[in-house]
Amino acid sequence: MKIEADTNVCIGAGMCALTVPEVFDQSEEDGTVVLLQPVPPAELEEGARRAVTLCPSGALKAV
Amino acid sequence: MTDLTLTTRRERPFDPPETYARLRERGDVHRMRYADGHEGWLVTGYAAARAVLADQRFSNRPELAHPPLAARADLAEEIRSQEFEVPPGFFLRTDAPEHTRYRKLLTGQFTVRRMKQLEARIEEITEARLDEMEASGGPVDLVDAFALPIPSLVICELLGVPYEERAAFQEDTKILVSLDARASDALAAIGRVFTYLYGLVSRKREHPGEDLLSGLIEGGELTDDELTGVAFLLLVAGHETTANMLGLGTYALLADPAQLTALRDDPSLIGNAVEELMRHLTIIHVGPVRTALEDVEIDGHLIRKGESVTLHLPVINRDPSRFPGGDRLDVTRPATGHLGFGHGIHQCLGQQLARAEMRIGFAALLRRFPGLRLAVPADEVPLRADMAIYGVHRLPVTW
Repeated sequence: MKIEADTNVCIGAGMCALTVPEVFDQSEEDGTVVLLQPVPPAELEEGARRAVTLCPSGALKAV
Repeated sequence: MTDLTLTTRRERPFDPPETYARLRERGDVHRMRYADGHEGWLVTGYAAARAVLADQRFSNRPELAHPPLAARADLAEEIRSQEFEVPPGFFLRTDAPEHTRYRKLLTGQFTVRRMKQLEARIEEITEARLDEMEASGGPVDLVDAFALPIPSLVICELLGVPYEERAAFQEDTKILVSLDARASDALAAIGRVFTYLYGLVSRKREHPGEDLLSGLIEGGELTDDELTGVAFLLLVAGHETTANMLGLGTYALLADPAQLTALRDDPSLIGNAVEELMRHLTIIHVGPVRTALEDVEIDGHLIRKGESVTLHLPVINRDPSRFPGGDRLDVTRPATGHLGFGHGIHQCLGQQLARAEMRIGFAALLRRFPGLRLAVPADEVPLRADMAIYGVHRLPVTW
């Protein structure tokens, strides 16, 4: 699984960084998503999928 | 023509009105008559609610919205009729791309990491309130002694609003969220708070500090009018929301000894308990309201351009297809994904701050007073059915 993030769509709510801080962070500047691990390790895949579902703006995709 | 209208009157303090809970059993989307006679919609189901909130063909502009509630009809009429414009900087009630510009300037200030850095200060503020409560001895009104001052002190400090000047906006904030306030009184209250904040912005321009407003001024992207609108939004949103969750949440825990014990026995549940209290209590009980900018189909219903859609979040957050047994408070249930902070581009900017305040606040309160209990019979706690944000007016407690 690979995560794609669109920072133009992101509103910086922080749901992803709250859910799986190992995979998602937020930029210091504008709070938008920063992908720490675009390909999450197997044990974090489920959390990463949940973060994609929780994202309020639709900025995240699991492909 | 439908008979369905919106009311905030409840049968029980923690449960949404039965009419709408029963309605949810029949479907996600329903015809509803608005206070101005408009035939619009009411959403009671989780999937449809997410679809509406994520769809930018629905506008959040107040001058397009019909009033779902009779109590606010005169204000809505005022906003729809005259040459109303959303004050610059009050970006909650704007759509993209205006909204995007303001939100991006602010999100960096409210990230998960930033809020973590604030935790020590929130703990200090919380412990100081608890010291004062303990010193005064019970019974005390928990709203006045704890639930309101904590978020109020935190947002004032974060924004750079002198807490000792709170008389200039706290009473007016109450008028703003009162469903019984007349339109003229509400507009006058808005005017007074704007005047105060405009003055504050000018003072900050002269004498900047280490706060969010000073930072925005220094950034140089916003005019004083815009800064005033932003400050107004953050100040009001930072006050009435977390305060009511702390008050109503404590009442709900005291009313459910099994859940209270579960949380006391395992303090590591606090993060989850906060999500569950947000879900189960959902204090946003009027709207949000969105208006279709073009024809949109939601859950098989054709919502026509110009029609308003009201989301009943307390009912939506108990949709059994998403939260089985949702009428029960259960601090161990996976409750994330609730719509208590909204969804879509307007999802609460301050949610990570609110989470930190609630985690710290509930945990410290239970730790400090192992014998915390109501100081009046449970049915005598005055409920905020008359306010735009639900909660308790007062919560007399002792220990």
